[in-house]
Amino acid sequence: MPETSTSKPPENMDTFLKGIWKENPVFVQLLGMCPVLAVTNSVINALVMGLATTFVLLMSNTLVSLLRKLIPKQVRIATYILIIATFVTVADYTIQAVSIEVHKALGAFISLIVVNCIILGRAEAFASKNTLGRSVLDALGMGGGFTIAVLCLGVVREVLGNGTFAGIPVFGESFEPWIVMILPGGAFFVLGGWLLLFSWLKQRKKQTELAA
Amino acid sequence: MTDAETTKPVPPAFPEEAPEAGSGKMISAMGAIGLIAGILIVFTYQVTFPFIQDNKARLLEKAIFEVVPGAATKRVFTVDAAGKVTEVAEADPKQLTLYACYKSGGGLAGVALEASGQGFQDVIRVIYGYDPQKEAVVGMKVLQSTETPGLGDKIEKDPQFLDNFEALDVKLNPDGDVLVNPLEMVKSGQKTDPWQISAITGATISSRAITAMLRESTAKNIPLIVQRLPELQKGD
Repeated sequence: MPETSTSKPPENMDTFLKGIWKENPVFVQLLGMCPVLAVTNSVINALVMGLATTFVLLMSNTLVSLLRKLIPKQVRIATYILIIATFVTVADYTIQAVSIEVHKALGAFISLIVVNCIILGRAEAFASKNTLGRSVLDALGMGGGFTIAVLCLGVVREVLGNGTFAGIPVFGESFEPWIVMILPGGAFFVLGGWLLLFSWLKQRKKQTELAA
Repeated sequence: MTDAETTKPVPPAFPEEAPEAGSGKMISAMGAIGLIAGILIVFTYQVTFPFIQDNKARLLEKAIFEVVPGAATKRVFTVDAAGKVTEVAEADPKQLTLYACYKSGGGLAGVALEASGQGFQDVIRVIYGYDPQKEAVVGMKVLQSTETPGLGDKIEKDPQFLDNFEALDVKLNPDGDVLVNPLEMVKSGQKTDPWQISAITGATISSRAITAMLRESTAKNIPLIVQRLPELQKGD
């Protein structure tokens, strides 16, 4: 490696943190909306989806970064998809082996990680141009940001829509669940709410910067 | 010689635009990555296969013992087109499979079998238990469904709905070839006879789907089970 991951510590920390906050794949880049809307009806589903996506992102970024000098430019997208699909299959089998119930709940969305644009986007925009260390950090940051985002939706939707947190009841018997929250419509409401909050925070930061 | 030197290609303006790679290089790069991908997938498949099989069997076994109360052990039988019953080690998805369940002290506790049919969104698969002594369905569990969360998926956990299947009458006529009363669905709370299934309010289509698949499956299979009862009872 011409550059090791320790050679520029502050920049590398940024590489990790930008995925979590400044360039959050869901709340800022608005990528990967399909799983964000579809499988966030419970905390467990959201968590497993987030972790599976992070795993695929990490492995594909690693391999793409390692092979970036060997892959001819003309066939790079095809090879990236091949690499991504491989790790999605690995994740699919692993989830089935660990918990078949969760696999049943996530249905087709595990296999659809292949077409999650966050993963191909990071392979093309980052891993194919950066060293292994930076690509790994980028994958962890983006994966972490995605996991946090789906959890944000999953927690709100399960607590309001089902009155439970990861299956544990949080309200008394008298709580009437807002069923719309676990239906597809609820996903749009909650995503809209979070996006509103994030843009408001960003705007407020800009205004305080201007005032200062 | 000097000519060749002067016509030397100018280096590309954008260093990122790599010169056209030869087909050989492209094919070998993709082939090599394909090979790695294949090995990885086969390796994962081999490692996880026993765990996945275990999980599936455990899920089914749990469901079987849930729908046949008092069951302690089970044996698997398949029924071929001619109605011949054979004991098998593994269920064959192409044939009707009967899970004969035995009490811990011996004796047949009941028979579990699968039924399936079209639900609101996709196929619903259920397993139900039949008790030949009570001549009734004694339990039902949904194995696979994609019904609407909060509405249709109540067929999986709504206690009042599941109560329908604790003693659902499927008595046979004296000849033993037809049910006296085919199963039927009634509106929620209007159940008067033991062969009626009271629907869930707000999940009518899903309730109707369950009723239809059980009506069809019981009408076809209960006479067969009763006929073959001696074979299912033996060796317990």
